[in-house]
Amino acid sequence: MTSETFARSIRSSALEMVHRTKSSHIGSCLSAADIVAVLYNDVMRLDPLNPKWEQRDRFIISKGHAAAIIYAALAERGFFSKDWLKEYSFNGSPLAGHVTHCKVPGIEASSGSLGHGLSLGCGMALAARQAKADWRVYVLLSDGECDEGSVWEAALFAPFHNITNLTAVIDYNKLQGFGRTAEVLDLEPFGDKWRAFGWDVVEVDGHDHAALKLELNKRSSKPRLIIAHTVKGKGVSFMEDDLAWHYKSPNAEQLASALAELKVP
Amino acid sequence: MRTAFIDALIKAAHADDKIWLLTGDLGYSVLEPFRAAFPDRYINAGVAEQNMIGVAAGLALSGAQVFVYSICNFVTLRCLEQIRNDLCYHKANVKVVGVGSGLSYGVHGYTHHAVEDIAVTRALPNMTVLCPGDPVEARWAAEVATCHNGPAYIRIGKAGEPALHAQPLDGVALGKAVRLREGDDATLFAVGNMLESTLKAAALLEAQGFGVGVVSMPCVKPLDEAFVAAEAARVPLVATVEEHVQCGGFGEAIAGVMARSSGARARLLSFAVGDAIVSGLVGDQNHLRNLLGLSPQHIADGVTQALGAKR
Repeated sequence: MTSETFARSIRSSALEMVHRTKSSHIGSCLSAADIVAVLYNDVMRLDPLNPKWEQRDRFIISKGHAAAIIYAALAERGFFSKDWLKEYSFNGSPLAGHVTHCKVPGIEASSGSLGHGLSLGCGMALAARQAKADWRVYVLLSDGECDEGSVWEAALFAPFHNITNLTAVIDYNKLQGFGRTAEVLDLEPFGDKWRAFGWDVVEVDGHDHAALKLELNKRSSKPRLIIAHTVKGKGVSFMEDDLAWHYKSPNAEQLASALAELKVP
Repeated sequence: MRTAFIDALIKAAHADDKIWLLTGDLGYSVLEPFRAAFPDRYINAGVAEQNMIGVAAGLALSGAQVFVYSICNFVTLRCLEQIRNDLCYHKANVKVVGVGSGLSYGVHGYTHHAVEDIAVTRALPNMTVLCPGDPVEARWAAEVATCHNGPAYIRIGKAGEPALHAQPLDGVALGKAVRLREGDDATLFAVGNMLESTLKAAALLEAQGFGVGVVSMPCVKPLDEAFVAAEAARVPLVATVEEHVQCGGFGEAIAGVMARSSGARARLLSFAVGDAIVSGLVGDQNHLRNLLGLSPQHIADGVTQALGAKR
């Protein structure tokens, strides 16, 4: 399967999931879908049949509200049955609305409160280095998340401790909870800030699979930070760059229209 | 207490290469021996407690056992959500070690007074809360914490407290009460560094003819509920003594056990820190204890009054 096909599939799964359960955050899911697809399809070393495999790469989804797209990716890779997705956020389902590890194979860490994941990733990367293991740690953050001071504590920590087996990706769609990042608490000059903290920073189109694949596979003598420029709601024209889809879920008609745009039969 | 704890931790780290120590830029004259012995398992994480807890969680989720060290408030309240989500949600094998329990930091002021930490940490699911009362209990806390797989908060005092137990607490399991004195008129339950004052209060009461038992509760969570219920059924008065606010603290934990116990007959008296702690009081630990009604004499007077009223 190509990562493009993978991305189309998880986008459609996430749309169906949030439609069924009338839940929020579809815009965040679609924004991150290509990053997640490339990681899970092309980049990370994983064994879906042995989710606790010692040599696996670790992935921390720090923007835990994008749960649906992660669960969809795990199901796509066979960590669990796609039937689970049909009960996402239902009473008694293993799949909570913010990423939970408790009953979900393939989830390394629960999240949902922003600003936790990068520190977790630093700890895991240190553990790999101590064990002389070659698995890597990937952390996906949101842009609004970078308002949290704890992100910058971790940003200071990783380069100082020469944590080079860590790649962080920021899903920079420029919309956060209640407005545009530039208008709520501007992050710019964003890349310069990370560079000044000691990260190896690169900026890419977060929907360009070839570019993502190239950058996610690169190694460096510093911790890597990929600022992925994305569009919230990417792939569904009426959801793109619209804050409303941080909260709304598509009705039946909107779902059909969205799936048609994604060309999923 | 600090030194006894670190000595025990170093001993454990020699035996287990999975043990790490992270500090929030504190531990001068205390942590140097660990740093010297295990430089690759020691990190000064800087004055950044939220990140320190997250890093500890990441290490623990990858197989390490991590001790994190700072002043009580900084390592609990400042990073409470990291403790809740990264440690307790994941049952991460991280031991949060706070120094300067209660009013240990006396003249340093309210920012450094750790008087809400028991309430906050004992509320957390999967959390174990250890409050050693002397260097012997501190050593015991390090040992049982190392054997316990899961998050714990270990609230220790400062340097120089006297040893109150004659023997090491070998064989005392996590969650067990430790009796230091027998007595049938009342049982005083002490937590953490109030143990010494409580023993002194019991001696004052003995001089007045009261036979008062003293029990140390180095483990606040899980609490030895069976022991508490049995004492509450056996004696007419139970008193709790803590260098911590009443709300949600050790005394209220004991009150809950007694309220739920069908056989309890004892009246409950609680000695705790009042809201006056935040009224600008300045003084060392003993001075503050005197002002806040936590001296041995205050405890003895309170117990005498309660027992007298009963007679």
